[in-house]
Amino acid sequence: MGGFESRSSRKRPTLFCSKGLRTGVEFMGLLKVEKLFISFGGIRALAGVDFHVDDGEILSVIGPNGSGKTTLFNCISGVYKPDEGEIGFQGQSLLGLSPDRIARMGVARTFQNLRLFMHMTVLDNLMLGRHIKFRKNPVHALFRIRSEELKHRATVEEIIDFLDLQAYRQARVSDCPYGVQKRVELGRALAVEPKLLLLDEPIAGLTSEEKEEFAYRIMEIRGRYKTAILLVEHDLRMASRLAERMVAFESGVEIARGTPEEVQSHPQVIRAYLGEE
Amino acid sequence: MQHFLQYTVSGLATGAIYALVALGLALIYRSTRILNFAAGDMATAGTFAAFTLICMQIPFGAAATAGVVVGAVIAMGFYFIILVPAQRRDANQLSQIILTLGLALILQGLVGHFGGTEPQAFPFPLSDAKLHKFGTVVISELGLGTLGISVVCCVLFYLLVQKTRIGLAMRATSENLPAAQTLGIPTRRVLAFSWGLAAGLGVVAGLFLAPAQTLDPFFMLEPFLKGFAAAILGGLNSLPGAIVGGLILGVAEGWAGGYISIAFKNTMAFLIIVAVLLIRPEGMLGEEFKERV
Repeated sequence: MGGFESRSSRKRPTLFCSKGLRTGVEFMGLLKVEKLFISFGGIRALAGVDFHVDDGEILSVIGPNGSGKTTLFNCISGVYKPDEGEIGFQGQSLLGLSPDRIARMGVARTFQNLRLFMHMTVLDNLMLGRHIKFRKNPVHALFRIRSEELKHRATVEEIIDFLDLQAYRQARVSDCPYGVQKRVELGRALAVEPKLLLLDEPIAGLTSEEKEEFAYRIMEIRGRYKTAILLVEHDLRMASRLAERMVAFESGVEIARGTPEEVQSHPQVIRAYLGEE
Repeated sequence: MQHFLQYTVSGLATGAIYALVALGLALIYRSTRILNFAAGDMATAGTFAAFTLICMQIPFGAAATAGVVVGAVIAMGFYFIILVPAQRRDANQLSQIILTLGLALILQGLVGHFGGTEPQAFPFPLSDAKLHKFGTVVISELGLGTLGISVVCCVLFYLLVQKTRIGLAMRATSENLPAAQTLGIPTRRVLAFSWGLAAGLGVVAGLFLAPAQTLDPFFMLEPFLKGFAAAILGGLNSLPGAIVGGLILGVAEGWAGGYISIAFKNTMAFLIIVAVLLIRPEGMLGEEFKERV
């Protein structure tokens, strides 16, 4: 358990390893969150949060409303600066970096309340996900170079197929139904080709049919894009179906961790979800 | 009828200046929700820089370009050195607007100190006195040049925003900043670019306005207020609205000056602001104001 090196030392391949479940194989850690504290106006939102995400795994973070799940996401993606603690991504500290810098390092996210470019077409929204992949040359920035544009277009078309968005390609996002908007946001995050995907309540507000479909797609993403996923979910059943490992929070403090079965049957989790019996 | 056409054409030439100022204001408002009260003074500073260079016998084209660059650099410097640190300390919109007011006062002082407060004649390659006749309508060489440069600026601006990658990044940043950030778009650099661009447009307006009047530290004050009215008329967050608003205000002023009284000309802008705010607060082409809960 070495401490975190700051930005200066770039590559430390085996900085942290996963313990527990996948014994026998050593996985290189992708994201490591250590003793994270943050409070707003005297109210503790996170009080010493500790966990890690391995390459290519799905980790669910569950907890009732107000347990600090979204705050955690905002800390990782650079929107909030934690009061204490450390967040490391591929051995590099994310603290103090701007959200766009963190995104360029390979962390993409979706939001609980969609944050789409409502006035643009579905295609433009997805192409914006490719924005950072274009070559960084002022001449290229000024004129969209044809061959490069086509290459990115192909990646986006693949995502459109994968998420079944063909029919909405040229539609304005604000005209699309909610379920489609959710898929567009997921697609936009995928277009970044992230190493780590943060999904904030991806199935909230969907019909049960759409939920099933979305769950299937999340499982598919890992196979197709080799992306690790950190999933914040209110729906306990869905969260346990999708993830190999779960962490449960209440009021910014971890109350349980382990396999979905372990966490689901943990008395404190049951109490947090069902209330005092 | 002859008068009507004449008033309209003269109005369009004035309106072209307002359109450029309004475009700069709308660009900043749209992407940052800040009303830039320093827009006029940024333009004045750039124009004075060009004037100083012209007095040093530097060719007009080079001096004008340098003036535009000076205006842009002031705006970007303001963004990086003052606005960004203020935002880091959680400054709200109102305090940021007041910061632009502060910048306006500083620039006024600096321009007055280094450029002098005496009105001066601004040497310009196009003449205000040489007139061209098109049928019954007369327009000065300068008026034609002003119309021309505005059309060129608006077209280039449109192409930049709609057809280039930096334009796409600008649209994304102004529509939804957090979302743009999560896609890795360097929103600070994009916004700095917008500030520079807006100030540059203002300097172009100043360069074409100065020869029609005399140059003094406050010569942009009135056109800045008119540009403001034009932007409100078109819808503060609409770029095409800014252009349309500028032209309409110019023409309305031309008619008011011609048919009612020349003294009534300046009242038009104020009347238009009041009317727009009463009837359609979001402006002609602006989207309705919606607050997300």
